[in-house]
Amino acid sequence: MSSAKTAAAPVPGAADANDVIVEIRDLYYGVGRRQVFSGLNICIRRGRITAIMGPSGTGKTTLLRLITGQIVPDRGTIIVDGQDLAKMNRRQLYDLRKRMGMLFQNGALLTDLDVFENVAFPLREHSDLPERLIRHIVLTKLHAVGLRGAAQMTPGELSGGMARRVALARAMVMDPDMLIYDEPFAGLDPISMGVVLRLIRQMNDALGITSIVVSHDVHEISTVADDSYLLAEGRVVASGSPKELHASHSAIVQQFMTGMADGPVPFHYPAPDYTTQLLVRDKQ
Amino acid sequence: MIAAAQDLWLSLRRALETLGAMTLFLGRLAAYTPVAMTRFGLIVEQVFNAGALSLVIIMLCGLFIGMVLGLQGFELLQRVGSEEALGVAAALGLVKELGPVTTALLFAGRAGTALASEIGLMRATDQLSAMQMMAVDPVRRVVVPRFLGGVIAMPFLAVIFSAIGIYGAQLVGVQFMGVDAGSFWSQMRAAVELEDVLEGVLKSFVFGVACSLIAVYEGFNSIPTAEGVGRATTRTVVISAVATLILDYILTAAML
Repeated sequence: MSSAKTAAAPVPGAADANDVIVEIRDLYYGVGRRQVFSGLNICIRRGRITAIMGPSGTGKTTLLRLITGQIVPDRGTIIVDGQDLAKMNRRQLYDLRKRMGMLFQNGALLTDLDVFENVAFPLREHSDLPERLIRHIVLTKLHAVGLRGAAQMTPGELSGGMARRVALARAMVMDPDMLIYDEPFAGLDPISMGVVLRLIRQMNDALGITSIVVSHDVHEISTVADDSYLLAEGRVVASGSPKELHASHSAIVQQFMTGMADGPVPFHYPAPDYTTQLLVRDKQ
Repeated sequence: MIAAAQDLWLSLRRALETLGAMTLFLGRLAAYTPVAMTRFGLIVEQVFNAGALSLVIIMLCGLFIGMVLGLQGFELLQRVGSEEALGVAAALGLVKELGPVTTALLFAGRAGTALASEIGLMRATDQLSAMQMMAVDPVRRVVVPRFLGGVIAMPFLAVIFSAIGIYGAQLVGVQFMGVDAGSFWSQMRAAVELEDVLEGVLKSFVFGVACSLIAVYEGFNSIPTAEGVGRATTRTVVISAVATLILDYILTAAML
């Protein structure tokens, strides 16, 4: 019998209020006529790696944008580190973001700066540290991701995996409490993927931070995640450890975890009857 | 007929909405300007990008426009026996009108498109979102220095354009057509007042504000796709050119 919790099961494992760093309650969000989330509930525990999984188009990246306050929900509450995002002004939101690091899907490195300056960017913007200390911190972070030797390279000279690692160094240069990864494995070769996986685990354990990883690479993320949520149809359809999700008997969880082409998430986009449509076309 | 009127009304309403949004954006840029001035290095970098990198095209066009002005002016003035006034005609035409306007049009085509596409691509590749996530306001860090860079560079470019243009007119009029060099320069010095030069500088400053604002606004509000950035770049050139000519008429009428 599976121990994965299906439907609205917000917290994988026991958690008290202090243990939770992100709490999402009854969240509704829509774009145009499309409802992305309808009644989403999620709790992310401090100091753990939480995977947010789901088929393409389920709003995983949108969820990250909601958690970081880049977009505002239509309804519901998002509490990050004890603070309700809806009640925060711009300055408070920016203060909160200084304690967050985010790794974008494509790295989002600033193309007019070299690798060193990209990593140094948050320090230069938010501190008056002397140049020697900035250099020391940046080289330490670059060393941690194995790219100290690439400090003088420009973003255009980096491979996809290297750009992702530089972005990771930049995301952690302010020593954040929480690191957010948006599809960190997308488009990476197996070696780069292994490197990024190892870095996610290492950073989380060595720095004692909380990691939220959005991904649909089930096998890769299952190897590092402590907790996981599976999103579909605008809500959480299952939650638990990756092992629990693998053991789930829920049809949608099974389809996603085993990569079946057809199932509760249909292969075909809704369309009129195939034969009828072909005949109508012939007549025309 | 009704459909055409509705289309016209919609276009007019959209244009007014864009104008309103641009005005608000200009207010936002102005509010950030004092803070941006504290990091003058960023502005100097953008003056270099918008100004120094446009110098070759500005100088080249200035030279040839001056030479054409020299030829046409000589031909016209010769008919009334006043070819010695070529210096005055060329200088006033360039300093008050052709210099600021042509520089603005060239600026929109070179620096304006570069600004719009750069900011648009930064949006399309999540660089602006990444800045927001690093608690850095992209308007303050990216847009304002680029806007100020354009505003500062434009009058300098217009002055250089006019100076090279006058040299071009002198080259054709004096060196090729035989106008007396002393008459050319002395009449110019006697007729061109400081107000004429200031009028040109003021015009180029206003064009600098308009063209830079349009470029950064279009880039910042572009749809984050290849097509969206392309459209923003095209709109930058078209709107800047039209705005420059409309503003030129208004300023000329006001300063007559």
